[in-house]
Amino acid sequence: MNQTIRNIWTIARRDFRSYFTSPVAYIVIGAFLGIMGWMFFYSLQHFVTESARFAQQGQKVSITDAVVRPLYGNMAVIFLFMLPFVTMRLFAEERKLQTIQLLITSPVTLTEIILGKFFSSFLLVCVMLAMTFIYPVVLFTSTTPDPGPIFTSLLGTLLLASCYLSIGILFSAMTENQIVAGALTFGTCLFFWLISWAAMSASSTAADVLNYLSLINHFGQFGQGSINSPDVIFYLSFVGISLFLTHRILDSYRWR
Amino acid sequence: MIQVSNLSKLYGPRLAIDHLSFEVSKGEVVGFLGPNGAGKSTTMKILTGFMPASDGKASVAGFDVFENPLEVKKNVGYLPETPPVYLEMTVGDYMDFAARIHQVPKDKMNSAINYAIERTGLGSVRNRIIGNLSKGYRQRVGLAQALVHNPLVLILDEPTVGLDPKQIIEIRELIKGLAGDHTVILSSHILPEVTATCQRIIVINRGKIVATDTMDQLQARLRKGLIYALQVKNPNPAAIDALSKLPGVSSVSPAGTKLVIEIKPGGSEVRDLIVETAVKTGMGVLEFSSEKVSLEEIFLQLTTEEKV
Repeated sequence: MNQTIRNIWTIARRDFRSYFTSPVAYIVIGAFLGIMGWMFFYSLQHFVTESARFAQQGQKVSITDAVVRPLYGNMAVIFLFMLPFVTMRLFAEERKLQTIQLLITSPVTLTEIILGKFFSSFLLVCVMLAMTFIYPVVLFTSTTPDPGPIFTSLLGTLLLASCYLSIGILFSAMTENQIVAGALTFGTCLFFWLISWAAMSASSTAADVLNYLSLINHFGQFGQGSINSPDVIFYLSFVGISLFLTHRILDSYRWR
Repeated sequence: MIQVSNLSKLYGPRLAIDHLSFEVSKGEVVGFLGPNGAGKSTTMKILTGFMPASDGKASVAGFDVFENPLEVKKNVGYLPETPPVYLEMTVGDYMDFAARIHQVPKDKMNSAINYAIERTGLGSVRNRIIGNLSKGYRQRVGLAQALVHNPLVLILDEPTVGLDPKQIIEIRELIKGLAGDHTVILSSHILPEVTATCQRIIVINRGKIVATDTMDQLQARLRKGLIYALQVKNPNPAAIDALSKLPGVSSVSPAGTKLVIEIKPGGSEVRDLIVETAVKTGMGVLEFSSEKVSLEEIFLQLTTEEKV
């Protein structure tokens, strides 16, 4: 077990570092923070003007509803666009440059390789999220937002991002071409996001299934400040199934 | 140290290797010699556990490649055809990763990396990014990676491709120096390459082992002389006897209506005489051809020049 963790860490560490030796990490983090900052600034400004207007009518606007929840909702969308760029190289590049031969002929299992890759990208997402702590900090300095929804939104974002990452790793293992991997990842993630649209015209059973499969439908509760175990289990099994399929793909790659 | 029996690999309908069987004992340096596409790389990929075989058995360092791949991988250092180097890493970082992934113990990590870097002559480029290095240096980095965990068995797929003559000599010396402590299999399509480094040679062509012997023995077999095949209407013992008594003919062996005639090495031209005798004795010549020795055929395809 100890050796397993060490193997996963060896692989995760190398991939995590290579994000920072190439421009990938800087571009992705820079673009992410730029867009997030811009959105945060305007939602905050909007909140200030709106709350002044509502205050005249004797009503109150909650900062959680007006700033916090949209902040993490937007983050989920931006991750949808950004994370395919993070995962597309993980296996595709190894296949193209044949470095995957080193991994497969080393005394590590396929599962360890896949988990190592997953955690390298997961760590990068953690870095991105850590940098967004500045927004809650700004809110806490001037007002008193409810810390609960902030915490649960972070957890939800992390789980949703893990789904994107696992889909990205699956497609990266399927091809040598990073662009193909990235495009398929984005398309599939978007599909699982919008799948609930089909529920509107489907029969009630099918609608339940389609709604259940939608990635975004499980995100809402986190924004409300509650952790729903079915949502957590959905996200974790989504990641588990994607990584399991990755294992099957890589195993069959060896047979060819 | 390495046992292979009846190993086969199918790529779709194509048989890449066809019931290979051979053994390599501890400390031996064995060369896989064969033209491109003979099945050398495929065999090596199976031995390293990269790829499963379609049929047959293989064991390395006492562990079955299919049943116990992790143990095999611990004991094998592998240099694939393309050196598996990460272009964005420095040589030092890459070697650190290679040592970790090959599970070199922490306290031995530094000395293992230093040893591998020193033996492959990479000291001067240790802090350089691999992507900026020449093909020759990348090849050496690949070799250093295969050496770092001091494996029992080294499997090197065309280890000197892309190196300049001075580097080739250095790498050959290095491989020779590894004999004894390590068991080495290396592949090549260049004849002098294997003669320079290997004690024993396995000649492989179209997925089959054509010969396995020392270089001297192989050359002796090549010098053995030519073989002709004579197709006749009615072979009779008297005529065959007459043929075998011709000067320069070492033996005649009938196989149905086909007579296989072996010529003494270094003998004079006897084809005229053979045909003449066959006609005179009334056997009725149908066809006369020279039988190609398959080993010779392969050697003709091999690059015999030193150039790489």
